Amino acid sequence: MPIQQTCTVASMTQLDGVTWWMTLEAGKLVSDHGLSGGQFLHIKCGDGQLLRRPISVAITGWDEPEDLVTLIFEVRGEGTKWLSQRKPGDTLDVLGPLGNRFDVSQPGRYLLVGGGIGVPPLIEYGERLQWPRTAVLGFRTGSKAFPCITSRFQDHCEQTFLCTDDGSLGRHGFVDAQVRDLLEKEKSFTAILACGPKPMLKSVAKVASEFSVPCQVSMEERMGCGIGACLVCAVPMKDGTMKHACKDGPVFDAEEVDWDA
Amino acid sequence: MHEERSFEPETIVGHAGNGCSSEQLFPAPESPDTSHVDLSVDLAGVPLKNPVVVASGTFGFGREYGQFYDLSELGAICCKGLTLHPRQGNPAPRIAETPMGILNSVGLQNPGVDGFIAHELPLLQRSDVKVIANISGDTPEEYGVMCERLSAAGVDMIEVNISCPNVKAGGMAYGTRPELAAEVTKMAKSHATVPVMVKLSPNVTDITEIARAVADAGADALSLINTLRGMRIDVSSRRPILKMNVGGLSGPAVLPIAVRMVWEVACAVKLPILGMGGVSTGEDAAQLMLAGASAVAVGTALFADPYAPLKVRDGLAAIAVQQDLSAVNMLTGGIRPW
Ligand SMILES: Cc1cc2nc3c(=O)[nH]c(=O)nc-3n(C[C@H](O)[C@H](O)[C@H](O)COP(=O)(O)OP(=O)(O)OC[C@H]3O[C@@H](n4cnc5c(N)ncnc54)[C@H](O)[C@@H]3O)c2cc1C
Ligand SMILES: Cc1cc2nc3c(=O)[nH]c(=O)nc-3n(C[C@H](O)[C@H](O)[C@H](O)COP(=O)(O)O)c2cc1C
Ligand code: FES
Repeated sequence: MPIQQTCTVASMTQLDGVTWWMTLEAGKLVSDHGLSGGQFLHIKCGDGQLLRRPISVAITGWDEPEDLVTLIFEVRGEGTKWLSQRKPGDTLDVLGPLGNRFDVSQPGRYLLVGGGIGVPPLIEYGERLQWPRTAVLGFRTGSKAFPCITSRFQDHCEQTFLCTDDGSLGRHGFVDAQVRDLLEKEKSFTAILACGPKPMLKSVAKVASEFSVPCQVSMEERMGCGIGACLVCAVPMKDGTMKHACKDGPVFDAEEVDWDA
Repeated sequence: MHEERSFEPETIVGHAGNGCSSEQLFPAPESPDTSHVDLSVDLAGVPLKNPVVVASGTFGFGREYGQFYDLSELGAICCKGLTLHPRQGNPAPRIAETPMGILNSVGLQNPGVDGFIAHELPLLQRSDVKVIANISGDTPEEYGVMCERLSAAGVDMIEVNISCPNVKAGGMAYGTRPELAAEVTKMAKSHATVPVMVKLSPNVTDITEIARAVADAGADALSLINTLRGMRIDVSSRRPILKMNVGGLSGPAVLPIAVRMVWEVACAVKLPILGMGGVSTGEDAAQLMLAGASAVAVGTALFADPYAPLKVRDGLAAIAVQQDLSAVNMLTGGIRPW
């Protein structure tokens, strides 16, 4: 059940011009309320912004006296700019835990596929999953592949493949090409867990379906309430129904999503 | 601490020479004792334990916000707009932020009136809160059918939405044309056994014209305002943010329009009014009540703060105390126009 929680900013680290690593003291959101990676917090970004901003949870930890939660975000507009200006000791009004998470209950081997700012929500799955896993991480350019993030996958996954759109680091090209190569060699993945921009999710879902590997995707949509009441965050399904990113998602079965809507 | 508190200058002057301690000089204005204030109001014969209702479409059917507080804290719940058959609504994006407001184009996504009666109403009826069903139809006959089924199912009141600007068929036209608004009202009244409240659109030249037509057709109450048609364009892509291009504006930005329209309508007709549009504080709610509303609804403010309706309620009670009123309903129509 979600609650309203006042969090205190524990630390702010700037990763590059627009990307921030923010750690919050988050009451008992993790230990009592079960907050975990892949879910999101709906954050009030000052009085100037009416709507809260959804930000994914990257890393969670039980701690005393308060749990710790790391968010990794990019400045895109006024709300995230305000968030980036927070200082340690400042407080944040958040709603959480919100949304579902990737389903990793099936034993087996998992393939994690992240793109850009969609990589952080996979960190906990890369680090803590009880099953063997491989990671494919895509970035626009090499300088966006922050070692403090990629190393967490490299240290815990069987293999970690880096791709960049401009070829400045790792494989030149999009993640779906790397995913295709992997699936061609070995189809035994239990599931693909993907998070990133919609075009990336769509192409990964297509490859997954070609090789009949189950695929879960974490989708973004503009939100109002963040808890399932206002119905603004609609994600169309193949069967013609609407699901909602904040309540039914953000993680959906790629087979259910209407990618052409 | 003391310097952050606000106070009436007269209070200070009046007590300064009395040798009061600073605690007495600076009473905390935040939490006056409001326990003696009667918060109950009457809306067209439906008794509400307090004047704060949640606005249709912003509160679903109560399940989600019910995780934050007991629904019985509210005066009433206006449910998400229902149609005769289930609807999937409009494509996303369905929301855009604007200065102190939001635009939405949800488009009446809902499980249909029968789905509501089977799966949502029983849960709501388990809470000690009045249930107001909000309905939209494509034809006057559809309004009639829905009123019949909802009355039989035991809702406390029906809010007839003739103003939702999002659905191309029907919706808009009823709310902007007096004769159509009257026709729908008559149809609803002749099929409902519970009070019928007609929700007016602000997207008209003269809202009192529609209000009079609806009152003459037998409505038991009026609610206003629904959202105002608006638009926001992303300059770099030159595309509207909303997939439907235009949507309905709500939130603090519309409050002054809501206050003006409630006042105009209250002057024009003698029906009880549920006022809404941009309410996020007790002060906002008091404005609508002074302008003539018997109760107020809180919508968009929920998205910033799930507890907004309860804060509005407590704020109203505090205003009643400040103004020495024994009951909040004494605010209704209390405006002193120039
Ligand atoms: C479930 C979920 C998880 C997310 N996790 C992260 C994350 O971990 N890190 C990160 O950097 N970003 C994340 N985002 C995207 C982030 O929410 C947006 O970048 C942010 O809302 C932009 O707000 P703004 O005020 O800076 O931008 P503006 O463009 O000024 O925002 C205007 C409005 O549009 C909405 N909006 C704009 N872009 C998006 C978007 N991509 N998704 C949803 N709403 C948007 C805003 O919330 C706001 O209501 C996530 C989005 C969702 C839905
Ligand atoms: C997301 C959203 C959905 C809405 N859906 C409905 C609806 O289904 N039926 C209706 O009569 N009004 C609907 N409204 C209008 C509100 O009930 C209310 O009239 C309006 O938002 C003004 O109040 P506010 O500024 O407090 O939100 C909706 C408003 C919002 C923001
Ligand atoms: S944001 Fe309100 S339903 Fe998802």
